[in-house]
Amino acid sequence: MHALVPLPVIVPLAAAVVIAGFGKFVHSRLVDLGAILVALADAVITVMLLLASLGHSLTYWYGGWQPVHGLTIGIAFVVQPFGAALAVLASLGTLATLIFSYRYFEEVGALFHMLVLVFLGAMCGFAMTGDLFNLFVFFELMSVTAFALTAYRSDEAAPLQGAVNFTVVNTVAAILILFGMGLLYGRTDALNMAAIGRQLAHVGADPLLVMAFALITCGYLVKAAVVPFHFWLADAYAAAPAPAAVLFAAVMSDLGLYAVAEIYWTIFDGPFGQHANLIRGVLLTLGMLTAMLGAVMSVLQRKLKRLLAFATISHIGLFLLGIGLLDNVGLAGAIVYLCADGLVKGGLFLGAGVLAYRLGSGDEFDLRGRGSGLPVLGTTMALGGLALATLPPFGTFVGKGLIEDAAAEAGAWWLPWTLLFAEVLTGGAVLRATGRIFLGLGAAADPELSEPQDDEDEDDEPENPPGRSATLMTFPVVLLVVGGLLVGFIPHVADRAADAAVRFVARPTLLDHTAAQSPHLSTAAYLFGAGACAGALAFAFLSLTRIRRVSAARDRGAEWLRLPVSVLHGLHSGHVGDYVTWLVVGVTSVGAACLLGMTHVVP
Amino acid sequence: MSYLPYVVAVWLLVVGLYGVVTSRNLVHLTQCLAVAQSSSYLLLLAIGFRTGGIAPVFSGVSTGRKAVDPIVQALTLTDVVVSVTISGLLLAISVQVFKRHHSLDPAAGREMQG
Repeated sequence: MHALVPLPVIVPLAAAVVIAGFGKFVHSRLVDLGAILVALADAVITVMLLLASLGHSLTYWYGGWQPVHGLTIGIAFVVQPFGAALAVLASLGTLATLIFSYRYFEEVGALFHMLVLVFLGAMCGFAMTGDLFNLFVFFELMSVTAFALTAYRSDEAAPLQGAVNFTVVNTVAAILILFGMGLLYGRTDALNMAAIGRQLAHVGADPLLVMAFALITCGYLVKAAVVPFHFWLADAYAAAPAPAAVLFAAVMSDLGLYAVAEIYWTIFDGPFGQHANLIRGVLLTLGMLTAMLGAVMSVLQRKLKRLLAFATISHIGLFLLGIGLLDNVGLAGAIVYLCADGLVKGGLFLGAGVLAYRLGSGDEFDLRGRGSGLPVLGTTMALGGLALATLPPFGTFVGKGLIEDAAAEAGAWWLPWTLLFAEVLTGGAVLRATGRIFLGLGAAADPELSEPQDDEDEDDEPENPPGRSATLMTFPVVLLVVGGLLVGFIPHVADRAADAAVRFVARPTLLDHTAAQSPHLSTAAYLFGAGACAGALAFAFLSLTRIRRVSAARDRGAEWLRLPVSVLHGLHSGHVGDYVTWLVVGVTSVGAACLLGMTHVVP
Repeated sequence: MSYLPYVVAVWLLVVGLYGVVTSRNLVHLTQCLAVAQSSSYLLLLAIGFRTGGIAPVFSGVSTGRKAVDPIVQALTLTDVVVSVTISGLLLAISVQVFKRHHSLDPAAGREMQG
């Protein structure tokens, strides 16, 4: 089994090299099939690794450079269930992407497949590595391929703007991560995360460690697109071709949070243990802001992909709330929620891609009523909207229920309400768009939603490339959404996630490895889940209804909200300089909060 | 070991970020990003520097000699590669932006907003 550990990285990278070298000379169907087979192989390998890691973590030292007398020089991959689950998610997402884009990019040959496979290798490596610098390298590899994928339609304006914002903001984040890593290396002379954690286990929080923590954490929070680092995401995901946006939304953002969690528990849990309350406060505040701002912004969009991009931001906030509780059950909930939600969101992004391909638009109002010929797609997207609103007893609900139970344990009474707010709005926004597009409900225009832009370059998908049926394109949409729903029915999924979380939290020591107690969902969790679904449906009804008295009341309400809405629109200026300013402000605030909170207690 | 390299590293980062924030030209912005990135080379090399240390090449030299840390040098090399990739990509995007808008201002042809 150990011999399998490097394969999820090596296989796609090697295949990418082959495709880059020979893709031009073979038939493009062969490239399509080859890439699909590689993604399938990766999915099989990562599932095997996930199953194997359920018993005990697998450690693989590259080149056999094992630690000698406690000195760690080699680079290790450490496979534990949380990381392996993300690798599975990455492989499944890539598989769906490649099936969807079968015969998609005719004119440019095999470049798209090459980039997607490199991206897959980088994501798997990121999810499995146990080395701080290696994590950074995979982060960069992932980022650079993502930048290139975003700018794929480089003859249009929106992808160029999205790619510039994405590249610059994420590169600044990478510099911050490197700074923090340099500080840690200077302190410990080690790059293996477990080794750093062991060395720091018994020291207190000093300013150098606090700065390293703030820099690295904020750097990875930029990748996860947590407020106020989130601005680039909406521009990039809305502009990227739909099959690439799937991978970004389903996995890449989640990986940023994975890195934050991994670095906290492997390295900083020891030195910062007595300040857990402060860190919890910082992470929960960021999570709450992200969840709420993302949800509000998603409601205000008329472009389907941009709506989904803001829903992605909002749900990243929800996962951060689960992780930020710094508790096993909360983390377990975040793991389940993140996997289920990633699949569903991926499906919805692909659904937007199908619409753009079939009907030539991604705009809710342009498409009004025109989706009536695609009932399967419409049903699936409505199901996806309900899944975003955590329909019990499916996958997203199980994850959210665990987070709520952990919040009740920690006395955070406001947390379930924040979750409810975000789910009602994001689920409601998707249901509203679905109702308008597939059933032709609602008004034909709404002044409150973001401005319609220059329509000439709107359809970011190719015009009718030959030989693709809607069935082949709808298939991966159904696959992802149904897969996301079914996560809740994996036998003992809550117990397994709880066990994974306990092991993730206790990784550096591995001594006090206590068995996870079996979590079970409370009645309140079911009530909140049902409430979120009802709320989302009510929201969609309210936005779409043409019953005069209701719609008049709605319009009066919208009048009141005009000013705050225009402020929110103005903040998301699309200008990269503003985004970097927000990033600097965010890092400085988090750093200052941690420094002030942690160092005055140290004698 | 003086503090000078660390001070310069932070200075480069701050100046580079200031340039990125205020830039009105994509080529200029790319260079500012490169300046900010070069701060991390300096930081890494300063961390691995040992006063009086030799280059970490031990052929013909006794292995007991004090040497600067080779690991941070490897990290710096990787970092340089990353930086060049990003610069190349951003410049390629700039060319496309110029073709389309006949301007290099990042605010030109802003499609997405709100």
